[in-house]
Amino acid sequence: MLSMNNFFEKSDISRSEAENIVSDTLSKCDDGELYLENTKSETLLLDDNKIKNSSYNSDLGFGFRAISDEIVAYSHSNEISKNSLRQSSENLKSTLKSVKGTYNHEIPKSNKKYYDNINPIEQKSLNEKIKILNEVNNYLRSKDNNIKQVTANFLGEQKSVEIIRSGGESLTDVRPLIRFNVSVMLEKNGRKESGVYGVGGRQSYDFYLKDENWKSVCDEALRIASVNLESKPAPAGEMKVVLGPGWPAILIHEAVGHGLEGDFNRKKTSAFHNLMGQKVASEGVTIVDDGTIDNRRGSLTIDDEGTPTEKTVLIENGILKNFMQDRLNARLMKTRSTGSGRRENYRHIVLPRMRNTMMLSGNQTQDEMIKAVDKGIFAVSFGGGQVDITSGKFVFNCTEAYEIVNGKIGSPIKGATLIGDGPSSLKEVSMVGNDMMMDPGIGTCGKAGQGVPVGVAQPSILINKMTVGGTKL
Amino acid sequence: MVKDQEFLEKKASYCLGLAKKLGATESSVIVNNSVSETVNFRNKKLDESNRSDDLGISITTYIGKKKSSISSSNLLDDNLNILIEKCVEATKNTPEDEFNSLPDKDLLAKEVKDLSLYDDTHIENDQKIDYLKKLELAASNDKKIVNTESSFTQNKSNFILANTEGFCAGYKTSSFTASSVIVAKDEKSMERDYEYSSKCFFKDLDDAGELGKQAADQTIRKLSPKKIGSEKIAIIFDKRIAKGILSTFASAISSSAISRGTSFLKDKVNQKIFSDSINVLDKPDIIKGLGSRNFDKEGVKTDTLKLVEQGVLKHYLIDTYNGKKLNLKSNGRFGGTSNLYFENGNISFKDLLNSKSKSLYITETIGHGSNIVTGDYSVGATGFLVENGKFKYPINEITIAGNFKDMFQHITLANDLEFKYATNSPTMMIEGMVVAGK
Repeated sequence: MLSMNNFFEKSDISRSEAENIVSDTLSKCDDGELYLENTKSETLLLDDNKIKNSSYNSDLGFGFRAISDEIVAYSHSNEISKNSLRQSSENLKSTLKSVKGTYNHEIPKSNKKYYDNINPIEQKSLNEKIKILNEVNNYLRSKDNNIKQVTANFLGEQKSVEIIRSGGESLTDVRPLIRFNVSVMLEKNGRKESGVYGVGGRQSYDFYLKDENWKSVCDEALRIASVNLESKPAPAGEMKVVLGPGWPAILIHEAVGHGLEGDFNRKKTSAFHNLMGQKVASEGVTIVDDGTIDNRRGSLTIDDEGTPTEKTVLIENGILKNFMQDRLNARLMKTRSTGSGRRENYRHIVLPRMRNTMMLSGNQTQDEMIKAVDKGIFAVSFGGGQVDITSGKFVFNCTEAYEIVNGKIGSPIKGATLIGDGPSSLKEVSMVGNDMMMDPGIGTCGKAGQGVPVGVAQPSILINKMTVGGTKL
Repeated sequence: MVKDQEFLEKKASYCLGLAKKLGATESSVIVNNSVSETVNFRNKKLDESNRSDDLGISITTYIGKKKSSISSSNLLDDNLNILIEKCVEATKNTPEDEFNSLPDKDLLAKEVKDLSLYDDTHIENDQKIDYLKKLELAASNDKKIVNTESSFTQNKSNFILANTEGFCAGYKTSSFTASSVIVAKDEKSMERDYEYSSKCFFKDLDDAGELGKQAADQTIRKLSPKKIGSEKIAIIFDKRIAKGILSTFASAISSSAISRGTSFLKDKVNQKIFSDSINVLDKPDIIKGLGSRNFDKEGVKTDTLKLVEQGVLKHYLIDTYNGKKLNLKSNGRFGGTSNLYFENGNISFKDLLNSKSKSLYITETIGHGSNIVTGDYSVGATGFLVENGKFKYPINEITIAGNFKDMFQHITLANDLEFKYATNSPTMMIEGMVVAGK
């Protein structure tokens, strides 16, 4: 086993001196911690038949946080030194000079771990990785003469974190993360279209790439691009929408996920803030946010405040049950943290965030859904989404979709944005499939300028009414 | 305090020296330090303070035509030794690419002009608090306002860029940024909007009261929106959205998209891609400009480019690598544009609103619906219905869609350009787009 990062090894400050500064700074605060982080990451990019980028990053720093009442004071630096830590401490004290709190030492414990203590970057040599990227390029270009561009990349990361709380309690985690992405562009009769696919999670590269199963990632990217090459303009207006299983659950993430994050509900700026215990989705719709699934991209052993993660039921059979909470918002809303306190890295404050957000399976089949639609679209693959949590309006961009005419899947249609209203759109779900699937492990969620890895999952669903943003009236 | 030039130069030359010793034939390095202090207010009370002190170094080493790079926030020599060794090792193992090289020496910037990008003024947190108090007071006048969140950030940065061709230069920059996000509520709806001001010099920042009032007014007018039907209608883009269309144009003419063949504007130089009257400039030497610079991230000097003249595309945005691939010289656009803008049109904002009996005025778009391979555009939108020059009522839950190739040919610009961001556009009207609603 690899040893835990010793953040004080090369520093002029000892662990016990640092603990003393932490305790002294936080003694009259409600909460806070010293968060230390060391991330090693590697990017390898093949593009245009060449290895375009080979880079390695080593990022080290701390973030010191003190909270009293509703006020958060934060200071971060790359230099783990006596001087730098003291300066941060002074900075926090000066912000909180007029408010006093009582430190809450309580933090739940768990021995469960959802990924191994590995460094995926070191598990495969640079040459092996370059070899696979070249094979990806050759494989794709030999498969289809219309291929004009292939981009493939590896992203590997190991993030070591330590959280030191007042009184010297220390919590640690080592988080591996990898991603493998392929993008292809086809050109036929002057028309260009692209397709993208990827896989990833908190595991070694070998789990995803053994036995040449990188070929299935290539095949999928090529399939999406080929479908788009034949696509016709998408329709414009309100219609029925069938979503495929897996990655299309971006819908759940945008439509309800963000609106159920604790901070927006404490501030009453979310369209959901006054709907707890009420019906916000059709019967049969159950949505959970789960940080405890082994090796998933959105899973965490502990969150960035040290709280063990859990499976949080957000909506049960259509009824709103829980918000996602970090420690600050949980305290102010008189509830407990759901282990959802996350940050992109030590440069950022903690916010309540999603982990793996999933709609659970129902009883119907995708076939039944398609048959139930006279005029609508069947959306299979998505690029991304965004939400205005206050008005509740959300969008997501489909990258592979088909028209449905009289209960049958018709021609592929061009990518289009779909728009809906969060609090009402899940009431329009009229069928829930029996085919729940996790996404392939490539999602990154952005909030307040911070990106964190997340997962989504859902079965096929039929939505009675959504606005499709095509160009064909 | 942000680190001085001497410290950054010392680190830079240490890295170049070590890389050479370890076998790199060429190398380049950027060392930067950025110190920012932010204070956030919520509902007229202090909510958050945030101080950040960021150090960064990135090194690229070459061995002939092989290249690799590393970056780190840990500038201790011990760590740099390990990383540079790793970088040179990775370089040896990375395949050759004939286009890899440092910039041509004669293209490097020879002088660093003072463009007034650094204000030495230090705004203490108490002064930030005073500004925010005034801002939030002005923003909270109406009882429909249910939440206000405002922030003030002071940023001071310094950097050095050095390479083994003898280039070594850098300078300090500063920015003072205030913003306010407002939530308003009535019986039927809850809406959010914002206002923002960012300047190199503190004294140029918008008045706090004005900014707060503007943010509140813009939010209140969005209350009780309606959804309209699907139709083809003229779209007027508010300046803050119009600049996004200009940014998409910039990414479509970046030499990387062009050399890879993944842009709808490939091979369009000297062709008419916009309507007749359209001119697009990228001007790096605007005094106090938010996008101003003396050279790009490779050290290549950046001159003003007239990217589009009378609707005709004149230049791509070229860096060294992609320039060599396209057999073109770098025009100092590694990392994109500087101060990019559409020149003013010749019609007033009011006349633009009046020019159609019915149009849609867009103040916000959501979603990432710009595809630069195909030129397809489809995004969620919020705005107002305009009839005979008057704002009738707010609109939401619609999408607007089109293709940039057609959209660019149907642009009319107002004459109300201002330099509020690094990329700026006057108010813009585009005809022929499709709205999807009910």
